[in-house]
Amino acid sequence: MTIAADASHASFPHRHLLGIEGLSRAEIVALLDLSEEAIKLSRQIAKKRDDLRGRTLINLFFEASTRTQSSFELAGKRLGADVMNMSVGTSSVQKGETLIDTAVTLNAMRPDILVVRHYAAGAVELLSQKVDCSVINAGDGSHEHPTQALLDALTIRRHKGRIEGLIVAICGDILHSRVARSNILCLNALGARVRVVAPSTLLAAGIERLGVEVYTSMLEGLADADIVMMLRLQRERMTSSLVPSQREYFHFFGLDYDKLARAKPDALVMHPGPMNRGVEIDSNVADDARSLIREQVEMGVAVRMAVLQALARQLPNR
Amino acid sequence: MTAMHASNHDRQTPVALVNARLIDPSTGLDRKGGLLIKDGVIADLGPGITAGHAGDAEVIDCAGRVLAPGLIDMMVFAGEPGLEHRETLATASRAAAAGGVTTIVCMPNTEPVIDDVALVDFILRRARDTALVHVHPMAAMTKGLKGEEMTEIGLLHEAGAIAFSNGKASLANSKVMRNVLAYAKDFGALVVHHLEDPTLAPEGVMNEGEVATRLGLRGAPCAAETIMLERDIRLVELTGGRYHAGQISCRASLDIVRSAKERGLPVTCAVSINHLTLNENDIGPYRTFFKMKPPLRSEEDRRAMVEGVASGDIDVIVSAHDPRGAEGKRRPFAEAADGAVGLETLLAAALRLYHNGEVELDRLLHALSAAPAALLGLDSGRLAKGAPADLVLIDLTTPWTVEPETLRSKSKNTPFDSARLEGHPLLTFVAGRLVYNYADQQQ
Repeated sequence: MTIAADASHASFPHRHLLGIEGLSRAEIVALLDLSEEAIKLSRQIAKKRDDLRGRTLINLFFEASTRTQSSFELAGKRLGADVMNMSVGTSSVQKGETLIDTAVTLNAMRPDILVVRHYAAGAVELLSQKVDCSVINAGDGSHEHPTQALLDALTIRRHKGRIEGLIVAICGDILHSRVARSNILCLNALGARVRVVAPSTLLAAGIERLGVEVYTSMLEGLADADIVMMLRLQRERMTSSLVPSQREYFHFFGLDYDKLARAKPDALVMHPGPMNRGVEIDSNVADDARSLIREQVEMGVAVRMAVLQALARQLPNR
Repeated sequence: MTAMHASNHDRQTPVALVNARLIDPSTGLDRKGGLLIKDGVIADLGPGITAGHAGDAEVIDCAGRVLAPGLIDMMVFAGEPGLEHRETLATASRAAAAGGVTTIVCMPNTEPVIDDVALVDFILRRARDTALVHVHPMAAMTKGLKGEEMTEIGLLHEAGAIAFSNGKASLANSKVMRNVLAYAKDFGALVVHHLEDPTLAPEGVMNEGEVATRLGLRGAPCAAETIMLERDIRLVELTGGRYHAGQISCRASLDIVRSAKERGLPVTCAVSINHLTLNENDIGPYRTFFKMKPPLRSEEDRRAMVEGVASGDIDVIVSAHDPRGAEGKRRPFAEAADGAVGLETLLAAALRLYHNGEVELDRLLHALSAAPAALLGLDSGRLAKGAPADLVLIDLTTPWTVEPETLRSKSKNTPFDSARLEGHPLLTFVAGRLVYNYADQQQ
């Protein structure tokens, strides 16, 4: 595979985006470069292009989402596509239709791109095998959330000028997090030093084999970090005896100024959202000048535009 | 000798214990010499400390008797808060002092259960204000000891909980147990577990076998203990958490612990003084003071426990002090409460094993002080310069008879009722303070 030197024409020879796994460093960089142009476009008054004119994009969400779904919707509309949102959690699934049946039904409507979120790991890939269009994974269970990892990488690169060599600490519920898995893959591909920080009960078995340094103490895990990436802690983790209580979690693993002080002075704070203020992150830290949380949302639209553009180039033109 | 009543903030008069046989089980030291107590710690020790070289210290002539670190009892059910009619921290600590025990770990089976930071704090403050010996709370590892939700192990640990336990019940849910072990490991906290599969023999009231059959009582087999122990060890293998079997009672369990240790797992275990000195036959005509959990086992199992202590495979001896009133014990055997008091008789009963030639004195004292200190991360359990002056002076040989009515514990449910024992504590010091003097009791 050859990589064109000019980013805007870099090849992205994939029909689907199912995960970061399988992407080369050059392909990731190409998507980030393409995203830079999308940022410029989105900051103009006239935000529209026509790359996807005539194309149909369906957002198929089996799990509730606000920011990812609206971000894909905006990205599609800015590129001129017709966008339809389907929240399946409340329709056919409850009537007993299987995932495959839903896919076949949707395929008959001849969409060009399907953006899919599903609560089961591997479900998006399964669906991709049954449809003729391009499929983008918008999160499958605890497996992957590739556009989140790309937008995080873009955010870091814009602030630090590079990713190679940075120490990135991903903190919190590693066990259940698709964001963590995609970020580990993406940041490692780009040459960062990735750490995961969590109580042992929220670490996934064998995680160290994914090329990360493992810490169970925030004070140690944040030492000299350039980026502190917090993950959301679902409330049901307390009742399943993975974490005893919110106050204990915040005491030992919530990002407050004391813990942040262990990181580099110019360390930046990220969170994929939605945040639990006072559980995994202190409210003041979330709103601090070092926090990139709002910017991550802007980058989300840009990255999704870039992904749609890259996939659109692979779509058949007849 | 004058009894000292100096309170903690007063400066204590230095005390020189001279002409003693110093035994430090943490190092194997066993030699004649003296020991100087100053400001609550061991200021010096060795052959150079004699009546003539004691400076301004008050001199106590030990007449060649054994001076050893005070005992550390890892399993005491103290009853405070909520069960003060059975025992308080004050009465338990008086019993401890009289037994040569200078540190007690109190179990979370209280009302309410010690599963909250505020209760750990309560125990520590009550102990400071009312207890003669050091008291460390063991906190519950699941909320309300229900075995469902993990407690705030990190915050409890910071508040002073010395270890975590599920009280008198096994944590049956393997997932929760796994999480507890994994989570506690992050704080270096020790998990102490009761071993009894709750579903195998829920109606068992004594050891399963011929004796139970003759008595017409439902038995609980050793397998109820070994099933849980085997499971726990697999979970230790999975998580790397520090694990201590609160009490084992049979040979099969000893074999399991031994093999876990050979594999290098962070596994230790304790046995109660009852299971070292008594067996199921002692129940005789339905004597409920011999009803306990785990139940007294066969003589073969008892001998295995003694062997385990002698070889060091059993790390710790506990009293499993569990005060019970008549309302619990004066009942038909099957309905009677489990448990026996043991703080005051712990040392003397243990000396039986020494007098029988079954266990070396040094090894006994190791299991009663140095080993629990190391497990719990305490500075005591040793004779060394700078160590806390938690000490017991022991008369090894004087025979005496246990009279329940003279016990300091509020409850008198001792299985050693009228037993003849040899040897007892003469003096007990806690942080340099004399908290028990045998001579005073005899007047």
